[in-house]
Amino acid sequence: MTKSELIDALAARSNLTKARAELVVNCVFDAMTEALQRGEGIEIRGFGSFTVRPYKAYSGRNPRTGAPVPVPPKRLPFFKVGKDLKELVNNSRHLGAIKGGDDDDGDD
Amino acid sequence: MTKAEIVQALYSKVGGFSKKESADIVDLVFDMMKETLGRGEKIKISGFGNFVLRDKRQRPGRNPQTGDPIQISERRVLTFKASQILKLALNPKTAEELAAEAAAGVTATASE
Repeated sequence: MTKSELIDALAARSNLTKARAELVVNCVFDAMTEALQRGEGIEIRGFGSFTVRPYKAYSGRNPRTGAPVPVPPKRLPFFKVGKDLKELVNNSRHLGAIKGGDDDDGDD
Repeated sequence: MTKAEIVQALYSKVGGFSKKESADIVDLVFDMMKETLGRGEKIKISGFGNFVLRDKRQRPGRNPQTGDPIQISERRVLTFKASQILKLALNPKTAEELAAEAAAGVTATASE
């Protein structure tokens, strides 16, 4: 499922137009992004929680040339799956293979 | 941030919804995402990140409390991969970094 499919699904399940559903979905993820930018965690009961984790600087390498590259300290979001969702996902094994393509498509 | 604050953001920023409607819509969005993942389908939210499913084989592990060897059963797990846009939003480049990149003639290098 992509964001636009989520928007379509929301419009279909509510009395919203697609245009309104798009505003809604964007608003939800914008609000979450802003919270993470402030360094604030997000807790959605039954779904999971996001926290911002600080990472120290380290010396990496350019995988192509092998040249050392300094990697600056950074903050990255971390998602911890909620208990309900964790079980739900594990139970989906019985429904067959993972849908929506594998994650090696480099589209993110 | 809790779901209540996302509801508040929807209520005040999008407009046209009552507080009750805003709450119901936010619940619906997360419920639909749960349903999708619960069907074994991954979710890609451009600009935010991907909710990725992975099948893990059975593997040996240990009880961290006692150190006893145990089998970790096969399972399907969910992980979140933040998009490059979200990563950049959390790590705005400083003026020095931008100047250094410009000086090195680097244009839009991915950090991975």
